[in-house]
Amino acid sequence: MSGALQQVTSPVELLLGWLGRQLAGDARGWLEDSVRRLRNGADERTIYTILTLVPRRVGKDDLHLAPADLEAAQQVRSGWSPVGWSVDQAARVALLLCVNGPEDRFAHRLEQLFRTADLGELVAFYRGLPLYPGQARYVARAAEGARSNMRSVFEAVAHRNPYPAERFDEDAWNQMVLKALFIGSPLHPIHGFDARSNPRLMRMLCDYAHERWAARRPVSPELWRGVGPHADDAAIADLRRVLAQGSPAERRAAALALAACPRAEAAAALRDEPELAHAIERGRLSWDEIAGA
Amino acid sequence: MQFIDPHIHMNARTANDYEAMAAAGVVAVIEPAFWVGQPRTSVGTYIDYLSTLVGWERFRAGQFGIRHYCAIGLNAKEANNEALAEAVMEILPRFALKEGVVAIGEIGFDEQTKAEKKYLRAQLDLAKQLDMLVMIHTPHRDKKRGTSLTMDLCIEHGLAPERVVIDHNNEETVREVLDRGFWAAFTLYPRTKMGSERMVDIVRRYGSERIFIDSSADWGMSDPLAVPKTAQLMLQRGIPEADVRRVCYANALAAYGQSGQMKESDWLDPAPVDQRLMFEGNSVLRGQTPRVDEPAPRPADADLLIE
Repeated sequence: MSGALQQVTSPVELLLGWLGRQLAGDARGWLEDSVRRLRNGADERTIYTILTLVPRRVGKDDLHLAPADLEAAQQVRSGWSPVGWSVDQAARVALLLCVNGPEDRFAHRLEQLFRTADLGELVAFYRGLPLYPGQARYVARAAEGARSNMRSVFEAVAHRNPYPAERFDEDAWNQMVLKALFIGSPLHPIHGFDARSNPRLMRMLCDYAHERWAARRPVSPELWRGVGPHADDAAIADLRRVLAQGSPAERRAAALALAACPRAEAAAALRDEPELAHAIERGRLSWDEIAGA
Repeated sequence: MQFIDPHIHMNARTANDYEAMAAAGVVAVIEPAFWVGQPRTSVGTYIDYLSTLVGWERFRAGQFGIRHYCAIGLNAKEANNEALAEAVMEILPRFALKEGVVAIGEIGFDEQTKAEKKYLRAQLDLAKQLDMLVMIHTPHRDKKRGTSLTMDLCIEHGLAPERVVIDHNNEETVREVLDRGFWAAFTLYPRTKMGSERMVDIVRRYGSERIFIDSSADWGMSDPLAVPKTAQLMLQRGIPEADVRRVCYANALAAYGQSGQMKESDWLDPAPVDQRLMFEGNSVLRGQTPRVDEPAPRPADADLLIE
């Protein structure tokens, strides 16, 4: 299998390879037959029907992926991480990509599919965003997904998906990050989080922390990850407050945020916490550890 | 005891209703497509409505530990707007095979007009083509004749009676429905249709085979706890528990389970991937006796986003 993987050149081949490996019997036969029908030019009704039938035909098990599979995914599409996909999601995205035709037809069809999608389809189609032809066409649709009140749909856009980091403007990006915090969705699976941090997001996050403090509600330690790189005086004062009063996890997060801040005031604040500073220098403290806490 | 409400319009109900239903032991609901209290004027709103049934409402129910299924169809009232009806018939096949769709429904007669008959026939054909079950709405007015005629049409279109549920029965219709081999559902409505006391008498007289009850709760005077409340009354009136269980749970599951889209394991042992996507489960309430008179407890940290 590993020899075959090195020759793989496209996401759809990868997806079909993984599915072919995992599915058996009728499910596999149905998928192979459907791929053939779609590649040979099916009419729109057939396309919709095949995509709708997917979970009835292939089931909804988790897609089994080895570390080498994830590496292969990164090679064919930088930033693409199919961690947590199920077989029906993989099959839906693969089948969609098997339909031949010009880019604008693809985009139009996909929009129609979104409009009549059930919950499972919404998650699958949003997870597939980084793989579609004509990437610039789906910004509005992706932003719509990030506005969803259905957490699984929101996370299909926001988590392990390079599309928002690559395509969202600053407003859309910042809203997505804030929404994740608002609904208790973790930040660490957001692709490109550190690279897209910006001063306005820093300010929004600090304001949000103040709202939570005023309401005596907990603040996610992950919030400070978006504050550190662009922290101003007020933000550094907030981080000092967290260092002084926070839970152990919050204190570690504040220290990491200060360490990511280029300003002398931040370095000074961190010097008051030699143990945490030392742990960061030694690489014993990271955002991954905060996320796992 | 666990309950299924196999006909309820949750789209018109509140989060409090979901909480109360879960607390009372309702584990699954079926929401048939119907009209929304006033006529729709375009197919666009119909598409959005059907999308809600297969998407948002399914998710929302899951956050309260209730499994949500639906039936897809063009209702009799709106069949009379032929321009709309034609457009809806075009898009129905796209929704009929979505996940959790257990039947074509609720379809049938309102005023028994020509247009209603035309689109009832068309949808019976669609059900036949797609090998789907049918949920029949029987008319409020001229009920007995309308019910007989509907069953005639089902047979004429080649549907097996055991794959058709005739809903909103009363004392006048039940005999023929059962004799002809269809499922007989009863809607418990506080003011019209069927009351709980009358339902007790019907179960005494006709037994529990192929009979089940629902609330049909919607935007009008109706009670989303009608199934657990009637179950309680049946038990109080001495109906054996096994019969109550059939009428309030098992028969609806047997009827709509034929679709392959509704399984007991959906709520007793949900798949992990399903739990990640939409179903929070409600193990706390499993196996408890109904508590219809107490206020429902709030699920801790319900995942429903309020923005």
